[in-house]
Amino acid sequence: MSAAAESSALEQQVWRLLAGVPDPEIPVVSIVDLGIVRYVRRDGAGRLHVGITPTYSGCPATAAIRSATRAALDEAGYADALLEEVLAPAWSSDWVTPAGRARLAAFGIAPPQADPVRCPRCGSAATERVSEFGSTPCKAHYRCAECREPFDRFKCI
Amino acid sequence: MSGGAVAPVQGERALGEALCRYVLRLADTSLVLGQRLGEWVGHGPALEEDLGLANLALDLIGQARLLLTYAGEVEGKGRDEDALAYLRDAPEFLNLQLAEQPNGDFAQTIVRQWLIDCWQLEIYADLAGSSDGRLAAIAAKAVKETRYHHRFSSGWLARLGDGTAESRARTRAALDSLWRFTAELFAADEVDERMTAAGIAAPLAPAAERWRARVATDLDAATLALPPPPQYPWHGRRGVHTEHLGHLLGEMQHLQRAYPGVRW
Repeated sequence: MSAAAESSALEQQVWRLLAGVPDPEIPVVSIVDLGIVRYVRRDGAGRLHVGITPTYSGCPATAAIRSATRAALDEAGYADALLEEVLAPAWSSDWVTPAGRARLAAFGIAPPQADPVRCPRCGSAATERVSEFGSTPCKAHYRCAECREPFDRFKCI
Repeated sequence: MSGGAVAPVQGERALGEALCRYVLRLADTSLVLGQRLGEWVGHGPALEEDLGLANLALDLIGQARLLLTYAGEVEGKGRDEDALAYLRDAPEFLNLQLAEQPNGDFAQTIVRQWLIDCWQLEIYADLAGSSDGRLAAIAAKAVKETRYHHRFSSGWLARLGDGTAESRARTRAALDSLWRFTAELFAADEVDERMTAAGIAAPLAPAAERWRARVATDLDAATLALPPPPQYPWHGRRGVHTEHLGHLLGEMQHLQRAYPGVRW
């Protein structure tokens, strides 16, 4: 295998590893699903760099995500990998992957996307916003007029 | 301002000191306002607003942490975010006096929040294009959150101002009592001038214009009149505060002051 192919295989392996690290608040999605992992790359000296970005500035899960990522890397034998915090460009809910959106919806959280906001339970577009804010910094509170169930919506930012 | 030749090292040091002060002013306003909003937890007029105010507080404290960490690095004396937040006295805090004003009733909290949201929107929008990459990154992130905050605060301003006779009277009283503190929002001093000259911050006058236009639009939606520009000596950003800041810090810093270095 060439050095470049070997490096890329390693990077793929680490991406798969990180896809197994759940978000501490919404464990059905991983930090890769949420667009938190920005890059995995090997530098000229062979050192592995992993970049993660905070979602909301004040999200209390940020520290938990950092330590869970560190632990996952260490346990898989990448203890010398450098875990870097990336601030720019600012995280956007547009970065939640299609797989992540599907998992959020299946879990009962309306994924971040343009209006209309559809009820994750019955699919109705007849929904109303109860509050711009919810139980965590990433969610707003909605209600379905059709099936009458309350639900969370992932905030668009 | 020094005229003529300044030794480069001295000039650099002065720029670093000005940058540190500039960043601390932004950080302290977010921190103090976040702490004030935290006082609402468990006391909001409805569960949704209780959660809303707590969420604003989280964002603001998150922004303050990023800014304080940076200020500590620029200062270069080994102070981290915790040392800066918990171990400085009131005269060393450089927040806007507006941020430290008590919560009062819900109208007072909303008017204070809305005035600062409008201010942060302009300051962060400009800073997102700063020549200082770190500040630009923090501001680009913060401005998105601030837009969300402004939607909340301006929505409530309209509902309260254009609501019942009671809510309208309370909102007007809040505006009357807080308006004088807006005099310092865009008052440039030597720190701002140095930042502008270095390309780190944008000139304040255009931001002040945009702020005033937004404030006028929001007040119009709330059917409230725009007060005339206030005459009030601005001091918070120079470390002079109203009596309210000391009490706030007393509560916020109590644990670290009583048990230095305590952790859990």
